[in-house]
Amino acid sequence: MEQLLYATLSLGAFALIAGIILAISSKVFRIEGDPLSDKIDALLPQTQCGQCGYPGCRPYANAVAGGDADVNHCVPGGERTMLSIADLMGVEPKALDEEEAVPVVAFVREDECIGCTLCIKACPVDAIIGAPKQYHTVVSDHCTGCVLCVDPCPVDCIDMIQKPELLEHWSWPLPDTERAQLGAERRESHHD
Amino acid sequence: MIKSLLNKLGFTSAPFPGGITPDMCKWTENSAIEDCPLPPLFIVPIKQHIGQACTPLVQVGDLVLRGQKIAKSEGYLSVPIHAPTSGKVIKIEEHPIPHPSGMGLTSIFIEPDGKDERDTSLAPMQNWQDIDPSELRERVRVCGIAGLGGAAFPTFIKLLKDKRNPIETVILNGIECEPFLTNDYRLMVENSAEILHGLQIIMHMVGAKKAIIAIEDNKSEAVLAMQKVADSAENHAISVVSLPTRYPQGGEKQLIESLTGKQVPAGKLPLHINVLCQNVGTTKAIYDAIVLGHSMTDRIITVSGDAVPKPANMRVRLGTPMRFIYAQRGLENFDGIQILHGGPMMGERMRHPDIPVVKSSTGLLAISDERIKPAHQVEDPCIRCGHCSEVCPVSLVPNLLADHCRNDQLERAADYDLFDCIECGACSYVCPSHIPLVHYFRYGKGQTAQVRREQSFAEVSRLRSEGRDVRLQREKDEKAAKRRKVRDTLRSESVLNPENDAKSTAPSNIEGKE
Repeated sequence: MEQLLYATLSLGAFALIAGIILAISSKVFRIEGDPLSDKIDALLPQTQCGQCGYPGCRPYANAVAGGDADVNHCVPGGERTMLSIADLMGVEPKALDEEEAVPVVAFVREDECIGCTLCIKACPVDAIIGAPKQYHTVVSDHCTGCVLCVDPCPVDCIDMIQKPELLEHWSWPLPDTERAQLGAERRESHHD
Repeated sequence: MIKSLLNKLGFTSAPFPGGITPDMCKWTENSAIEDCPLPPLFIVPIKQHIGQACTPLVQVGDLVLRGQKIAKSEGYLSVPIHAPTSGKVIKIEEHPIPHPSGMGLTSIFIEPDGKDERDTSLAPMQNWQDIDPSELRERVRVCGIAGLGGAAFPTFIKLLKDKRNPIETVILNGIECEPFLTNDYRLMVENSAEILHGLQIIMHMVGAKKAIIAIEDNKSEAVLAMQKVADSAENHAISVVSLPTRYPQGGEKQLIESLTGKQVPAGKLPLHINVLCQNVGTTKAIYDAIVLGHSMTDRIITVSGDAVPKPANMRVRLGTPMRFIYAQRGLENFDGIQILHGGPMMGERMRHPDIPVVKSSTGLLAISDERIKPAHQVEDPCIRCGHCSEVCPVSLVPNLLADHCRNDQLERAADYDLFDCIECGACSYVCPSHIPLVHYFRYGKGQTAQVRREQSFAEVSRLRSEGRDVRLQREKDEKAAKRRKVRDTLRSESVLNPENDAKSTAPSNIEGKE
């Protein structure tokens, strides 16, 4: 009987000590924010376009980290982003919502612009410059091609034009052999 | 096997690892350098080197002289471009350049006037021994000299006298290990005195005590010629070394390892191990720039291949269209023929011959389909024979690296040191399964660069987006603070004048709203 008492007491004492250590370390080593959503956010293309249904890349990253959203909603990121998020989350890759589009940038037809500043307010990365009743223009180096400025424009003077292909940014395609293409096909089969 | 054993035991010199000995096909080694006539139209691209493109300085209708600067360099890693002959600028527009993409770049079109007058504004520096190295270096930059070995790296950058990394040894690269090419060889035989003079200028510029002229043993005539001028110069610091023929010995890092036994660390330059390596053609160009005051307007090109009726070495003005050069050697119909820009191992296939030659054009090859096709058979699975690893001059594992590149495992490919690959093509050459290994590496490098570019753009976009959120929040706070201030002043007024309060409640409320 006495032995049983000792056992209970010592176990209880251990549990108490462990509890105190845990309580202190949860205060001392507390991590601000969600490290998983930070990691997902780093994989996203930061276009802030909202095509995933969330108002920006960070909210979508939070939703994926919280398990509320699937990994396949980022349209501009395309397949590579989807695969790397799926890899990070340890889930099966899923077919993309929409086909990956060619990279575009916004272009303001300046002679038609009335200077209403609505597009400036819509731009998520502050890539449109201009003042009331002055022509606006897009800083194409900073434009992410999110298309958010097109709808607010009351005179429809914003075009989305294809990004010019630069010689410095050209890269070799896969070789034209059957085995090289096999790999490419296998990757494409995620779409089906 | 015996040879590698001897190497390991230290009986022979320890050269770079791997390497191959392909059929050298040096058909043009006995044909003296011929001057290529002026074409009816020059096409001069505004970028002919590694680095930033230049900005045109001339306008349509301008008259230019040979050697006149027509495009100025932008940024540090860049050298200016000069007119190849005297004539008139007839247009400035985009034109295809020697690039595997077949894409174009802004080019200056010059119609020659036939007089071929030279711009003599640069004074010759005959007494270069008394001139400060930094002044000579500026001359090398102004004359537009870029490495003529094929990479076209701006030469003046390498010719820096730096106290932190003093150059002890200058290596003159006369290896020319690519099959077919003989332009450096002919230059060494015909212009050995100028090359030696150029080497002495380089040694003066970087303050080197020692120089090695490295030539492969299949070019005995060049070894003799260079030895002769080196002896007559009575400069004991300069030695001529004949190395056993092996590809890719002409690679800068490979040659340095063969000669000194020291490896250039990954991501570092030869100057970090106190060595400077210069191609013989570039050395001749340095001589021309300093002793004669000539800017770079021509180079030696080997025109060869089984489809060329009369192979030869030619001194060609930069900007001459390839079609014109081939026509000089009797090749006019390009059906069933592949055109290569550079050597057969590292050169790039051109889609059509209407492309100008530039500073990096070492050779122009035309090879018939029958001869080139068997080398591009169906890709079979890797049988793990390990030949690719044996011949790799930088000791990589090409078969695994290719698997990673093929499957877009870019991070893993980087772990296997993808970026140390020099794309020499030795692995593709020996592969019994005909795997286009180098093509996979080029694909992998391109994709990695693409991903890095996207990541840095995403990072900038994130900062801009966060900056915008901060700005919106600040504006909102400022507005709220203003509103609060107005409300507070109104409240204090009504406290101070209680007798007005009853009467003027309504008007003051309206004011508050404003």
